Amino acid sequence: MSDAKPLGGRILTPTFLVCLLVIGVAGYYTYKRFLLGIGAVANLNDGFPWGLWISYDVVVGSAFACGGYVMALMVYVFNGGRFHPLVRPALLASMFGYSLAGVSVLVDIGRYFNVYNLYLPWQINLHSVMLEVALCITTYVFVMWLEFAPAFVEKWKLKKFGAVLDKVVFVLIALGVLLPTMHQSSLGTMMLMAGYKLSPLWHTSTLPLLFLFTALFMGFAMVIFEGTLSGRVYRLEDETHLLAKIGKIIAYLIGVYLILRLQNIFVRGAMPEAFSGSFLGYMFLLENALLLGGMFILAYPGYRHSPRLLFIAAVLVLCGGALFRFNTYIIGYNPGTGWKYFPSIGEQMITYGLIALEIAGYMLFVKFFPVFSAGHKSAAPIPVKE
Amino acid sequence: MKMKRRDLLKGMAGGLALAVLDAPGKSEARTIQALPPEALGILYDSTLCVGCNACMAACKEANHMPVESGSAEQIWDNPIDLSAKTLNIIKKYENGTAATKDVETDGYAFIKRQCLHCVDPSCVTACPVSALTKDKENGIVSYDKDVCIGCRYCQIACPYHIPKFEWDVAYPEIVKCQLCSHLIEQGGISACCSVCPTGASLFGRVEDLIEEARRRLQMTPGKTYAFPVSSMDSGKTHNFTAPKYIRHIYGQEELGGTQVMYLSAVPFENFGLDAFPKESFVSMSSGIQYAIYKGMVYPLVVLAALMFMVKKNKHGETPDANPPAPRQDQALLTQRGEDNE
Repeated sequence: MSDAKPLGGRILTPTFLVCLLVIGVAGYYTYKRFLLGIGAVANLNDGFPWGLWISYDVVVGSAFACGGYVMALMVYVFNGGRFHPLVRPALLASMFGYSLAGVSVLVDIGRYFNVYNLYLPWQINLHSVMLEVALCITTYVFVMWLEFAPAFVEKWKLKKFGAVLDKVVFVLIALGVLLPTMHQSSLGTMMLMAGYKLSPLWHTSTLPLLFLFTALFMGFAMVIFEGTLSGRVYRLEDETHLLAKIGKIIAYLIGVYLILRLQNIFVRGAMPEAFSGSFLGYMFLLENALLLGGMFILAYPGYRHSPRLLFIAAVLVLCGGALFRFNTYIIGYNPGTGWKYFPSIGEQMITYGLIALEIAGYMLFVKFFPVFSAGHKSAAPIPVKE
Repeated sequence: MKMKRRDLLKGMAGGLALAVLDAPGKSEARTIQALPPEALGILYDSTLCVGCNACMAACKEANHMPVESGSAEQIWDNPIDLSAKTLNIIKKYENGTAATKDVETDGYAFIKRQCLHCVDPSCVTACPVSALTKDKENGIVSYDKDVCIGCRYCQIACPYHIPKFEWDVAYPEIVKCQLCSHLIEQGGISACCSVCPTGASLFGRVEDLIEEARRRLQMTPGKTYAFPVSSMDSGKTHNFTAPKYIRHIYGQEELGGTQVMYLSAVPFENFGLDAFPKESFVSMSSGIQYAIYKGMVYPLVVLAALMFMVKKNKHGETPDANPPAPRQDQALLTQRGEDNE
């Protein structure tokens, strides 16, 4: 089915050990959180009930993990077969990103033993945006592990399971495109409920569409980011020409997004706020300047074919998109009762731990399972170093 | 075939875009909540309140809430705001010399903060597992800790900052006033109203309370009138001289209306009670949700289209059907790389 092969090589690399150390520290704070309550670790309060864990681990993190979604969209819906070698690595990163977003939710929610109520038909509330997001994300995590399962099938030669999987895989892929479209836009709908607490620079009924767009271009940018990094780290064949094509798509997406975004701000009369010199005004300008910068680089063929500039553009797009989401969930949110919030060390450590877990898991999987296409490896056998 | 697929795509994209963009206009598709038939509530008249805090003590006792104190000894209850330990609080507005009661400049006034039991409560719409529910008969918004997952979306959603969370408890709950529904079940009334000596907190059917509030707004300032105490049908009254009310019943229409309402002689903004539009923020977001997910029609159509396209595009790459396909991709890839666009 695929010509991907495990990379093999040493497991206990310095990067891997650093990741383990961070995971260990995060483990301590997680233990403390479960023993003494959220307040013992986090700076969350009744004014800011959602903080770093929701805004980064779930809202920004899941957009970073949209690589699998956009590549499936490209390859299987828009028939971009030439991007096929990028699908499995992107899917793997997405799978970890989303799975750990799920884990982080269990750390964040207070009454985790009651979580099964989300799946009881007589208990769920169909009016709740949160319900839709929760159901979509959990289903999508399962779908992704199944989508990735061909890698397990190839590794462990699970012929029977493989045959069954092959018959239904088109359903999985279709779900893998539909579900993120649904919940990524709903992540935007979610903050509409905050009403006046959210600054008019971010509170608009267009939020669902804006969130969908950021998910798309952040997903593509992540494919470039990861492709470039793993290409360097694992000495894979140069993919710049392929990644540059993705860069071009990003440029178009950001173009449409920025028109939507700025037109919306203008029509609602919120533009003066953006240039008022206020902190939120600057955050709005910074968020869009980052995206504009990324778009500018990617719009020119000469720039986007330079691996360095392409990588810089991807980072700009990721930062801009992430800032938009942080702004919508935390920075632009003001409960208006004198409450303040900045994530505590413990809170940050748990988030860093989850990121480290993602990186470590990714490094393990690419060595054990067929993820990268064999054709991508350099012809000369170069020992894998990090 | 190629054309067909493009049309399908266009249709899908158009449909989704329409669903998203049209949403605000479609919000009437969702049934706007109306006041329940036997809606119960409280009318708090700031001008009658003397700030004795008897309601706060009674609330703690009736709901078995702990003392919340600024001092280390925790001798007496003096919370500074609503919290996971305080469901009801009397707060004071002060300006300048704070000499005269119920005057905005150089005056002071009291306000009672608690859950307002909205007619169209954001928290109930937000809650994914129906841990917060609004009673169909009496309209009380109550909380079920056995269902709550602790996601705190209710806190984000509530425009009045009412639900509080037990941040320092290992397995925390959401805490908010439930109008003493346990006492009402036994034929009683909310504890805060039953102890209020002046009738500032008045319990009753919302319709009767609105009637009473309107009567008060009709009064001539300075003349003496009878004001009911505890509840509308307690039969007890006190005589007071009518104050110069702000001509507005706060809660009658704010964000779709609330079952706990306020009268005051000082503008409501001074109490942190913001001027809100009549339409709730709930209708905006769930209007969009409804337009897209009504009967799951859009998602299922899109899913069917996606399955069709994936199956078609995936077919070309199965090794049995077309073995050299991946190689072709590979060749194409290198070719494309050379021509550099």
